[in-house]
Amino acid sequence: MSPTRRSRQVAIVLATALATALSACSSGGDGGTAPGGATGTQDAVDAALREGGEITYWSWTPSAKAQVEAFQQEFPNVKINYVNAGTGNDHYTKLQNAIKAGSGAPDVAQIEYQALPQFALTGSLVDLGQYGFNDFQDDYTPSTWNSVKVGGGLFGLPQDSGPMALFYNKELFDKHAIAVPKTWAEYVDAARKLHAADPTKYITADTGDAGFATSMIWQAGGKPFTTDGKSVKIDLQDEGAKKWTSTWDQLVEEKLVSTIPGWSDAWYKALADGTIATLALGAWTPGVLESSVKGGAGKWAVAPLPTYDGGTPVTAENGGGGQSVLKQSSKPALAAGFVRWLNNGNGIKPFLESGGFPATKADLDSAAFKDKASPYFGGQQINQVLTAAAGQVVPGWSYLPYQLYANSIFGDTVGKSYAAGTSLDPGLADWQKALVDYGNQQGFTVNG
Amino acid sequence: MSTVATRSPLKPRKSRLLTAVMAVYLLYTLVPLAWLLISATKTQQDLLSTSGMAFGGTFALFDNIAETFTHDDGIFLRWLGNTLLYVVVGAGGATILATAAGYGLAKYKFRGRRAVFAVLLGAIAIPGTALAVPTFLMFSNLGLTNTPWAIIIPSLVSPFGLYLVWTYATEAVPDELLEAARIDGAGEVRIFLTVTLRLLMPGVVTVALFAVVSTWNNYFLPLIMLSKPEWYPLTVGLNQWSAQASGVGAQPIYHLVITGSVITIVPLVIAFLLLQRFWQSGLTAGSVKQ
Repeated sequence: MSPTRRSRQVAIVLATALATALSACSSGGDGGTAPGGATGTQDAVDAALREGGEITYWSWTPSAKAQVEAFQQEFPNVKINYVNAGTGNDHYTKLQNAIKAGSGAPDVAQIEYQALPQFALTGSLVDLGQYGFNDFQDDYTPSTWNSVKVGGGLFGLPQDSGPMALFYNKELFDKHAIAVPKTWAEYVDAARKLHAADPTKYITADTGDAGFATSMIWQAGGKPFTTDGKSVKIDLQDEGAKKWTSTWDQLVEEKLVSTIPGWSDAWYKALADGTIATLALGAWTPGVLESSVKGGAGKWAVAPLPTYDGGTPVTAENGGGGQSVLKQSSKPALAAGFVRWLNNGNGIKPFLESGGFPATKADLDSAAFKDKASPYFGGQQINQVLTAAAGQVVPGWSYLPYQLYANSIFGDTVGKSYAAGTSLDPGLADWQKALVDYGNQQGFTVNG
Repeated sequence: MSTVATRSPLKPRKSRLLTAVMAVYLLYTLVPLAWLLISATKTQQDLLSTSGMAFGGTFALFDNIAETFTHDDGIFLRWLGNTLLYVVVGAGGATILATAAGYGLAKYKFRGRRAVFAVLLGAIAIPGTALAVPTFLMFSNLGLTNTPWAIIIPSLVSPFGLYLVWTYATEAVPDELLEAARIDGAGEVRIFLTVTLRLLMPGVVTVALFAVVSTWNNYFLPLIMLSKPEWYPLTVGLNQWSAQASGVGAQPIYHLVITGSVITIVPLVIAFLLLQRFWQSGLTAGSVKQ
């Protein structure tokens, strides 16, 4: 199935699912959480863990299985039914459908930061503030904590984070005597120089990826999505967005980016053989390279993400998420106890062992994590760069309350600009128009 | 004597253009298949480092097959079993229902037949994808999601199969024969089982093949209905393996996805080869009036 057809199908499902979820919400029933958020203590959670019981957990993270086993060893009276219901959109579609159906949802689910507002604002998740989890605020980086706080409520605990950095093929850069870019202008120059020196090589691959585009707008200081209750504002042509497109347009218009689709077999191949020279992605990227791009061992290195002015380093989050408790759960306190163990307790250890990049300050700051030399990256202490980035994320970002749908139609709008090799601004304007129309149909009041 | 006059209508002139078009079509069909078969012999590393149509350094087909069946506690075998269950019960049931209903509509006159016909044509026109979410919500209320029934019950309904049997039965089952059987004292059920079914066999096989293929390839409905991997059919399971290759914590296992795909298409190819005979006669039957 072609990617566009698949994404369109996904878009249809997500749209239908969300529409029904929202109408269910507005017609009474379980409404949203009161502004200000719930408060309480952790006593109920501790009691529930002592009492035990059975809960279901949906996740596709590589560490989930090991974590569930470790948890059950520690709490033999709790049984966790671990289900890998699908990756990404498949998982969310099933989750949304189960929520709408009123049964069949798990007690605990992995939800990425970009998807969290959609589930939180429709009243599908438990505000963990009622279990006193707001006390954990100082344990997490500000950007990940901000990502699980929606409309004053606390709708999950962060598991991983993805502060962006520039991963580059050092061997290739050295061969063509190209300096590692510190600004995006230098990055564009590097792209030209590399492609001129060897026309089979590209600075990066990008065919239009919503996650990447929103992260880049984030880093440029853009705040295109603001939500207040049911009122949403969209501005994909704000200063930050324009700052990004004025750089990225040059790469797209001069055809300096490869059109190999991300995450395809060809993409993995291109990362190993040097066809794609850099990746501007989240801090979880080394895990992917190490396990799946073995041919690139010893060639890659990490540098801070380029900036626009070359001054204070700033970056954005790219990917990552946490675990949330579903309203449908009949044992919310026990479920919350599992989430606390996962992301604020002994569950972090198996997560780190599987190569995850944490959201907890203590683990990011530990010398063992920071100073670890990575053989894949030629002995570079990559976490020095990546943990520094975790503290340099531009504050104040938020995603749309229907970001999953938005991402699924990115290819139909902005993707056209990529395919035509023209400025991305008209594509972003199309995307915005489609998102405003859709939001208004779904019962939001959208301005844009 | 002109050449045109001597050419038998049974031996039409060869057309170079048509042959060329056929050759292109053959390539179009076979190249992806060849790619699939060649790729199934490669390790994950070779897949990502060698050309698509060339063999890799090691011949890993048997290792891949073994790994496909053992990966993730042997879940692939379970998926294969699920698909077989859905095909045997779902497609088998669909064929029986379509045959009985199609014959009934073709040979019995009753009030509302035209209305049934209109509903049927309408049902053929509605894509299953559009009904998937409403069906899901209904099944969820019945508590049937995450069970095999969620896949089997919708598969039982095949408007296109019914339509096919209807038109086929109109042509292939002479009214005179039915009357003769009735005069000889046969009941309606006996007529259906002993007379009609034999006449309809080529049509039934055609419907069965269609139903088997569509159930075997069914993707969207199980994707929505099932969230427990132990009930997934092969299509959804393979897609889940394939989706592992993207995003945070990506773990591409393309070699297993590809080998799994080969294993998935083998039974279909066998079914086609075995039933081809019936199928061809089924498609052309009724085209010539005796």
